[in-house]
This record gives sequence, structure tokens and C-alpha cells, in this order.
Amino acid sequence: MSAPLYGLVLTGGRSKRMQRDKAALEYAGRSQLARAMTLLEPLVERCFVSTRADQKHDAQRAAYAQIVDQLDDIGPMAGLHAALHSHPQAAWLVLACDLPFLDAATLQQLIAARAPQRLASAFRSSHDGNPEPLCAIYEPASRTTIDAWIAADQRCPRKFLAQADVQLLTLNNARALDNVNTADEYQQASQRLGGEALTQPQTLTIQYFAILREQAGRSAETLQSRAPDARALYEELRTLRQLQLRPEQLRVAINDAFGDWSQPLKAGDRIAFLPPVAGG
Amino acid sequence: MSGFSLSATSIDERALRRELFDPACGGYVCFEGWVRNHNEGQQVTRLEYEVYEPLALSEGARIMAEAQQRFGVQQLRCVHRTGALELGEIAVWVGVAAAHRDEAFRACRYLIDEIKHRLPIWKKEHYLSGDSGWVNCERCAAAPSDPHDHAADHGRGAAPALRRAAPGDRHS
Repeated sequence: MSAPLYGLVLTGGRSKRMQRDKAALEYAGRSQLARAMTLLEPLVERCFVSTRADQKHDAQRAAYAQIVDQLDDIGPMAGLHAALHSHPQAAWLVLACDLPFLDAATLQQLIAARAPQRLASAFRSSHDGNPEPLCAIYEPASRTTIDAWIAADQRCPRKFLAQADVQLLTLNNARALDNVNTADEYQQASQRLGGEALTQPQTLTIQYFAILREQAGRSAETLQSRAPDARALYEELRTLRQLQLRPEQLRVAINDAFGDWSQPLKAGDRIAFLPPVAGG
Repeated sequence: MSGFSLSATSIDERALRRELFDPACGGYVCFEGWVRNHNEGQQVTRLEYEVYEPLALSEGARIMAEAQQRFGVQQLRCVHRTGALELGEIAVWVGVAAAHRDEAFRACRYLIDEIKHRLPIWKKEHYLSGDSGWVNCERCAAAPSDPHDHAADHGRGAAPALRRAAPGDRHS
């Protein structure tokens, strides 16, 4: 009989290249940590966030059950080590916190192909064919081997998997494990995922004043729009309502405060485009 | 109470002046903007103000606080009309009382200039010819090649020199 499967999302990385906490990076409005936990929780018996001792009270991480590293400065092995020691009877599905494209189907593929009699089950990288250590299942029996590996001053989990008795799988979704290490990569990933999320239209209210009210033939309207910001919304309305003023002649107000053309819009926002004023 | 308000009915300037009386003040300066019978070669018969009220009230309060802080004046009050106005009516009233005249003059000037350029208030003039037009807006649609023409009326982001050169500047 195979060991119960627990989940672990690693968030203890130093994010040296990104220079921002990867767990907190948002895609389509949700943090990477929340996305990873949401994917993992339904597939495992228990689910934990792996943290460094100094991250324990971080609000985002504190929302979940945590396993705190016992060893410092040995990279992702520290999270795996702490998990295997805290619940020695469990097998661990370990996830990195920088996999924005990971999907439930990929995790299901891993779980279905798990080989409990081996030390671990992992995917081959679709880029270089090496084992992917940070979306993998580690069996309870791997603990003594990993302890010995750390004691021998080895750090790299990829090398560990390359020499251990491991079940290796080919990814059905070749891009599922593409990771994000730099601000540029984040930007690209965020656009790819943000674009998908924005296919849902949201309800917005538009207020028209003065000359724009006359051109639009109404003082307000509520509509469904996919416009991500006021600039895109104005372009939509210009066509829809035959508005004659150009955006550079206008200012934007959102919810009764001066706003910005590129400020992201939320469902329920009230937007006004202000023609040149003439008080006094 | 910010000292800034909007009024849909005639402005009672004597009541406003009484509000500002303060025995610690030696100087009082007031500015009244009146509805004039001509603008840019056209004979004006009446006008209408349209106001985005919540934003005008919050921005008006901000301007009053700025003037108080900058010039250290004791008492400030401003009322702007909304709706339909006849010739000769008071469109905007600004009053400042301070210990000495210099800060009262400067604060009053600051208030009327900022109010004209920053508040979301629009003016529609009706002309003797039967035409009407939104001041500062009609040429926006007519002359799309000159984006600088009206940048002046959007306050923030425009250079101070430009801001004071707004077309249709009726009260200066």
C-alpha cells in the first residue's frame, strides 16, 4: 500500500534574480502562492506551505498550514527535508512557487503515474530532459537518502533525482513547468495569463458630463466591458456613442476621484471622462 | 466644513461676508465672478453650469486646504453656482480674511485661479444668435490638430504659464 500523499508549496526561495517575493507575484489578480495551493489542495490529503523561519509571520503564508525549514541556506532541499521529517509516514508532492502555467491536469498526470516503490516520481524537463525536482513526488523512503545527500554537502535536488531510483515521466503539457525567474519573464507570463482572465466582461458604470453628455445622449449608463483600463474603455465608447473628443483632451475620474488612464478597472467601477473644464 | 460649497440658488454675498468676520483679521479680500453679456465676440444672454458634484466638492475642499496652508490665512469661503444663471448674477464668490492684506490678496487670487482650472464644472453659454456652446470644448472637436489648446484647463500636468493663459478666461 502506498503512503498517503501530502502537498508542499515551496516559498522559502530568496528570489535573487526577481528581487521580489515570488509567492506574492500576481497573475490575473491572484498570488502565485494562492494559485499553487488552490491547484494542490484538492489532490492531496493535507497541504502545507514551506517557509523559512523569518517568513513565518508573513500574512500570505500565515493563511496556510506551514512547515518551517530546520536547515538554513541549502535551497529547496531545506523545505523537502523539513517536510519528510515532520511527517515521516507521508509521501510529498512538492511544488515550486514560480510555476504560473502549472495546471491540474499535469498534477493529475504525475499522481496517476506515481511509482510508490521507488524513491520519487518526477517529470523530465521538456527543455533539457533532466528531472524536474520541484514538481515531483518524494516517497517516505527518500528521507534517509536525502539526509545522507545533505550531510555530504550536496544541495542540488536535480542532481539528487538524476542519480536516485526515480520514476521519470514525459509532460503531456510541455509548457506546464515553464518557470519565472526574472522581472521580464514575469511580465510575459502575466500578460499570457492576464489575457485569459480578461475574457470575462465586467459591469461598469459610465457618467457623462457637459458636451460628452450631449454627444452620448445620456448622463450615465451601465454596461459590460472587457476593457482593462480607462483608455481602452474610452476607445470602446468613442465608437459606441459617437464621442467626438480625443482622450488627450479629457481627464479620467474613477469612483468620484481623479484617476489614471492606465489604472486597472474593477467590476462595479464608476468611470467619468471629463471634458475641459470652465468653472468660475 | 471645508469652506467650499455649491449652490443651485442665488449667492447671498452679504451673508457670506458676515461669515468671515473675525476680530483677529485686519484684511478682507473678496472676488466675485459675474455673468457677462459677451464672450469671444458673441453676445451672451444666459448660461448654465453643469457640475460633477462629489468630485467638485472634494477637489474644492482640497484647494481651500492648500490656500490655508500656503498663505496662513484665518478665514476662507467659496461658493460656486450650479444650474441656470442670468446676466449679472454671481457665478462664483471667494472671500478671504487674514491678519494682513498681503496674504489675503494672494490667497484669494490662488483660490479663484485653482477653482477655475481644477474643478469639474462646465459652462454652457447661450448666445443672442440662438446658438449655444460649451466653453473650452467646442473647439476641441473642431480643431483636432491642436492638442495643446485645452491642456491648460486640466490643471495638473500643464505648465503654470500655460494654465494662466486659458482661453475664455472671463474674470481676469
